[in-house]
Amino acid sequence: MQRVDQLRAREARALPGITLPWTLAAAAFLLVAVLAGLAVGPVGLGVGAVARELLSHVPLLGVQSPLTDTEDAILWELRAPRVVLGLLVGAMLAAGGAAYQGVFRNPLADPYLLGAAAGAGLGATLVIAYGIGSGAGRDLRPVAAFAGATLGVTAAYLLGRSVGGRSTATLILAGVTVAAFLTAVQTFVQQNRSDTVQEVYAWILGQLETSGWRDVAIALPYVLVSTVLLLWHRRLLDVLAVGDDEAASLGVPVARVRLLVVAAATLGTAAAVALSGLIGFVGIIVPHAIRLLAGTSYRIVLPLSLAFGAGFLVLADLLARTVISPAELPIGVVTAFFGAPFFAVVLRTTRTVGP
Amino acid sequence: MSLLAVRRVGVVLDGTRVVDGVSLALERGDWLGLIGPNGAGKTSLLRAVVGLVPYEGSIALQGEEVAALGRRDLARRVAVVPQIPLIPPDMTVLEYVVIGRTPHLSYAGGPGAGDLDAARAALARLDSGHLAGRRLGTLSGGERQRAVLARAVAQDAALLLLDEPTTGLDIGAQQQVLELVAALRAEHGLTVLSAMHDLTHAGQYADRLVLMDRGRDVARGLPEEVLTEELLARHYRAWVRVVSDSEEGIAVVPLRPHTTAEEPVP
Repeated sequence: MQRVDQLRAREARALPGITLPWTLAAAAFLLVAVLAGLAVGPVGLGVGAVARELLSHVPLLGVQSPLTDTEDAILWELRAPRVVLGLLVGAMLAAGGAAYQGVFRNPLADPYLLGAAAGAGLGATLVIAYGIGSGAGRDLRPVAAFAGATLGVTAAYLLGRSVGGRSTATLILAGVTVAAFLTAVQTFVQQNRSDTVQEVYAWILGQLETSGWRDVAIALPYVLVSTVLLLWHRRLLDVLAVGDDEAASLGVPVARVRLLVVAAATLGTAAAVALSGLIGFVGIIVPHAIRLLAGTSYRIVLPLSLAFGAGFLVLADLLARTVISPAELPIGVVTAFFGAPFFAVVLRTTRTVGP
Repeated sequence: MSLLAVRRVGVVLDGTRVVDGVSLALERGDWLGLIGPNGAGKTSLLRAVVGLVPYEGSIALQGEEVAALGRRDLARRVAVVPQIPLIPPDMTVLEYVVIGRTPHLSYAGGPGAGDLDAARAALARLDSGHLAGRRLGTLSGGERQRAVLARAVAQDAALLLLDEPTTGLDIGAQQQVLELVAALRAEHGLTVLSAMHDLTHAGQYADRLVLMDRGRDVARGLPEEVLTEELLARHYRAWVRVVSDSEEGIAVVPLRPHTTAEEPVP
């Protein structure tokens, strides 16, 4: 009897899906990250006070907010938009990374592949260096970064197809090629306009520090569309894992699925990069940690990447603004500081690397 | 109506004609073996049958032209075991076999209880129920090939295409895999079209053979009609002896050429 039960349990584990403990863990992690992100800063608000303030907005509970008007303004005008932007950017970078890894069957692929980040960097640099550094120029920056990211990915996709058909390796090599070229142009522009080097440099290192609700409003539609598309394709990403020909012979329109997933991941990533600058490693460490701990099916990896990526970036931002307080570290420095060693560990422990 | 009717089919890849006017037909329950030297066009013909490459001529499945069938419709009629399947090492066997249910699911839908049952039944048919929870990366070559076959069986298609199904297996595992296919065919009326390198196995397991060379079908018939020393010398440039036994079937034994300079002469 016991043996039969064991076999049943093993079979249950054989099919992927998010288990209740993981759902709870993701929710708890998000809650902790959000409360800490709201409470901690130059003016400490206290986790309990923040929780009561949040609950005071729930009708019928009768909870009184303990915050003063100033504290209330700090919470809602400074901290909250920054935390929400962190959630959106983190979710997008992590889920975008997971999606790229699935589509290209390459565990080391991430949003920085395919020229997305390099294109965004060039776009933003052009705006900062040639313009319009103030006023309307700031609003133009996300748009230019987004245009650059789309350009980078389109160029990589077309180059990959024209060189070697649809294989995974050619597409990745094309992405590296396009990224190298765009980075060269970006560096040239940056050096040519030395008066703006500082500002470009700060953007490249990544920052959430200047965000307001306006940035959140800009990012939200892209993030929503991208998230829905990615989650919609999560099972098909598992089918792609058995190979393009096999997936096609199973009735999956492989080229269309790949195009849709890449477009969705790029859209979300570009919106994130445009607003936050280049924040590295999130797209690799979050999906990898989930694969190691929770399972490798994209029905698990994609939703959990959204949740843990969001919380992770809020916590990273918390560190970025407290470690050398009152000054702020660029958040890209924090993610790289933790991400690079983690990446080294992943490299050593991953059994299979490459397509 | 034949289950599969291939009439004067040609396939052109990058300007090279790799399949040239091949015709063949399979009735329900047949096992047709496709043999021929490397580059004869066997794999390209199989790929045309599943709609992976464009073709000239006509390929009809149950009377309907392959090129006109929708992708999913086609996938419900033909299942393929590729020559070198991609094996995601962290995926469990059951997870992998359930992927075979894809043509029966909606675009973004997940597998239901019925699909899970079909996957378990496919594994059971291949005597591999005990592998369900194992990760693919931990399987032996023979076990892995059973998992791939189970995935194709779970697809629930009438026609099974096998492209060199015994590649990389030891002789015992080769026999076990072929016996399993023979059992599937006997018990469930599966129709099999397989490209085969091992001529002895081709002669022992297939009812009829088609010999291809340089894209053309050059000989066809019962195994003893196609597996002749003369034909194999001409098309494979191989020295072989064909041993035939009414009880144990046919065997093709390679021989060492007498001198290296000498070419086998038809």
